[in-house]
Amino acid sequence: MINLEIPKKFKPLANQANQVATEVFRPISRKYDEAEHSYPKELDMLASLIDGMNEGSDIGGAGAAGVRREKAADGENRNGSNLSTVLGIIELCWGDVGLLLSMPRQGLGNSAIASVATEEQLKTYGGKWAAMAITEPEAGSDSAAIRATAELDGDEYVLNGEKIFVTSGDRADLIVVWASLDRSKGRAAIKSFIVERDNPGLKLDRLEHKLGIRASDTANFTLQDCRVPKEALLGDPEVKEKGFAGVMETFDNTRPLVAAMAVGVTRAALEETRKQLKKAGVEIDYDVPANNQHAAAARFLEMEADYEAAWLLTLQAAWMADNSKPNSLQASMAKAKAGRTGVDVTLGCVELCGSIGYGENELLEKWARDSKILDIFEGTQQIQLLIIARQLLKKTSAELR
Amino acid sequence: MSTTTENKGVAERSMGYGLRALNRLAGSDLLDRIRIRKQVEQALFQGTKNGFKGATAAGRTFKAAQKLGKPARQKKGKSTGLFDLSPDDEQQMFQEAGRAFASDQVRKAALEADEKRETPKEILDQANELGVNMLGVPEELGGVMTEQSAVTSVLIGEALAHGDMGIAYAAMAPGAVATAIGLWGSAEQEATYLPAFTGEDLPAAALAILEPRPLFDPFQPETKAKRKGDEWVLSGAKSLLARAKDCELFVVAADAEGIGPALFVVESGAKGLSIEDEPAMGLRPAATGRLLIDKVKLPGSALLGEGNAKAKDYAACVNRSRIAWCALASGTAQAVLDYVIPYVNDRQAFGEPISNRQGVAFAVSDIGIESNAMRLATYRAASRADRGESFSREAAIARKLCTTKGMKIGSDGVQLLGGHGFVKEHPVERWYRDLRAAGVMEGALLV
Repeated sequence: MINLEIPKKFKPLANQANQVATEVFRPISRKYDEAEHSYPKELDMLASLIDGMNEGSDIGGAGAAGVRREKAADGENRNGSNLSTVLGIIELCWGDVGLLLSMPRQGLGNSAIASVATEEQLKTYGGKWAAMAITEPEAGSDSAAIRATAELDGDEYVLNGEKIFVTSGDRADLIVVWASLDRSKGRAAIKSFIVERDNPGLKLDRLEHKLGIRASDTANFTLQDCRVPKEALLGDPEVKEKGFAGVMETFDNTRPLVAAMAVGVTRAALEETRKQLKKAGVEIDYDVPANNQHAAAARFLEMEADYEAAWLLTLQAAWMADNSKPNSLQASMAKAKAGRTGVDVTLGCVELCGSIGYGENELLEKWARDSKILDIFEGTQQIQLLIIARQLLKKTSAELR
Repeated sequence: MSTTTENKGVAERSMGYGLRALNRLAGSDLLDRIRIRKQVEQALFQGTKNGFKGATAAGRTFKAAQKLGKPARQKKGKSTGLFDLSPDDEQQMFQEAGRAFASDQVRKAALEADEKRETPKEILDQANELGVNMLGVPEELGGVMTEQSAVTSVLIGEALAHGDMGIAYAAMAPGAVATAIGLWGSAEQEATYLPAFTGEDLPAAALAILEPRPLFDPFQPETKAKRKGDEWVLSGAKSLLARAKDCELFVVAADAEGIGPALFVVESGAKGLSIEDEPAMGLRPAATGRLLIDKVKLPGSALLGEGNAKAKDYAACVNRSRIAWCALASGTAQAVLDYVIPYVNDRQAFGEPISNRQGVAFAVSDIGIESNAMRLATYRAASRADRGESFSREAAIARKLCTTKGMKIGSDGVQLLGGHGFVKEHPVERWYRDLRAAGVMEGALLV
């Protein structure tokens, strides 16, 4: 039975997230945009609340808990944690993307741990805040080109290398570090390791100053003979070709979450712009053809249509995950569409609102800065288009590079 | 029916010559020198116009077969309340039948139908057999669906348009009239007209909303319905109706005195109706024509819904027809995607398939993304309509996507085939022409 509405059972969750966004995020949004690198202490209490939300299996929180694949439920339609997580993230990012990314214990590293950790590892590392360190100065989208190394020495791995753009890297308790067991073996040898933040071999080089999401700290590290116990390796320690695909599968689950972030900030900009246009005497009519309305209304309709497209693609990808349907294609479609729509629409809203949009009295200009990262991290627009094209055209990464 | 449009091959060619002559004349200084430009232009205008004018089809007599106390209506759809992208079993059946028909018959007939501006009768008959024109007929009057069928219509429209948009339009246009009467007609109107849509000999029929002028707004029709005693007098013109010259029944939008925009049931035999051929860029298998309405007298009972005609019903009609066009655009966009994938994989340039290049591959990705989103937006609007929820916003959003992204997909389909896309050997040039219709058409189809 085709139905593309938000299920009633998730409305309380969405309302709750919206209240957090309204009452907690929005009031401190500008403050932490200006005070880059200072820790938003207001989030500590909130994090405990989110932990509570994550306890229930059907009601995901900000994304870190809800990326394990749902089991097939004999053809029965299922609305589960992927969908609820996406809905929660949309609301929270309607509040503030940077603050969502700063939420304790909701890091991408938490997603990775939740997705592939053994029971033993969950016991050791559960309940801690985990950041993710993949990118290097010479390896961005091309994760397989990672130069960081991990060498087994007795009961320990010794990690060496340089990691940049680690979201919450300074604040987190753990960093999930990607490194190669054997650089001659290519991507098959790339594994992830859990490193405690206070490990003496992990040296913080600096925190980045950024265009947007300034509430979120972005750290650069050097790993120098950084020793971790053997048990810190996430997943299968053997070097085999399928291994890397497994690592990348984490991203099938997290791409819709980033898409949801973009959808949230896009909706924020549209809602504010609708208010501003109304003040200026322009209201959007959905019955009258766009070209018979004020040019600003026509533009708004166009942006709202792109927003809705991104929203629907995001829900589709999450719904497929909830129902154990392979969704790598749809996850990338959602990420690509939501990423570019976020940028186009938030910038378009600034343009429509003029100096009100551009000035710092409103948050429109901030959203237009925050949105840009969402078309870059977790796979840039171009990487998503590559993934989509390879699937549609049935091409290998060697054929379509 | 005898009309000058029957010799359309000849007529069209002479029209072509006429325009060529006009163009040459218009460019010459001679007209201005001898001061007859106005007269020549006027003459040419009248000549071409009259050359195409013909009578409406003779038409059958519609008579009420049974009397119902109150209008029969299909029930509103129910929902489990869960987000779901899977069609139910019945919808899946229609969808699969539509897909098979489209790939076996419609696609194969499309090229010739486009050239001849005619959809073969066998195709129209088979579409009727599929039930595409009775989805909106309530069960009490011989219909097959107990619940509202916007989503089902969308799925079928999408499937047929994957074969060909123009044929899909020709095949599904009569159903728009049946659905309009089934949704908003009085008991008398339902009993009079709907049985004809459930039999074998289906009348051609048209839901006439669009008018021939730029920036047309369906909420401000220039077609007027004036009251004269108990009667209505209609005047105006309606554009791009499928198989206009064959139509036996019209539902016409007009600005009704004292009511505002409303729909009228008009039989083709009414005095003052005439049809003008109106060939267009695309949708050519639908043999589009213009309906001219010159002081047509109608009984008071011709107002759809009679004493009960409401502004919100008219708005729903406009928006349901927008959803229908979105369904056709989504199906055609999918056809483009399915066609370009094997083409760019096979086509070699610089020693490898052109799909190995990002410039080509990314265009394919974008077609995939946007066609998927067009479809989802259309489903959302249709499913809201079925459940009786507001859907004007969702219809507007779907229309916006299908207009802009649909056209971009049509254009990229041709672009990806390069020069080969520009010639009739491949269907992408036809889809390019057809996809422009999504933003132009109002009315004509209904879910």
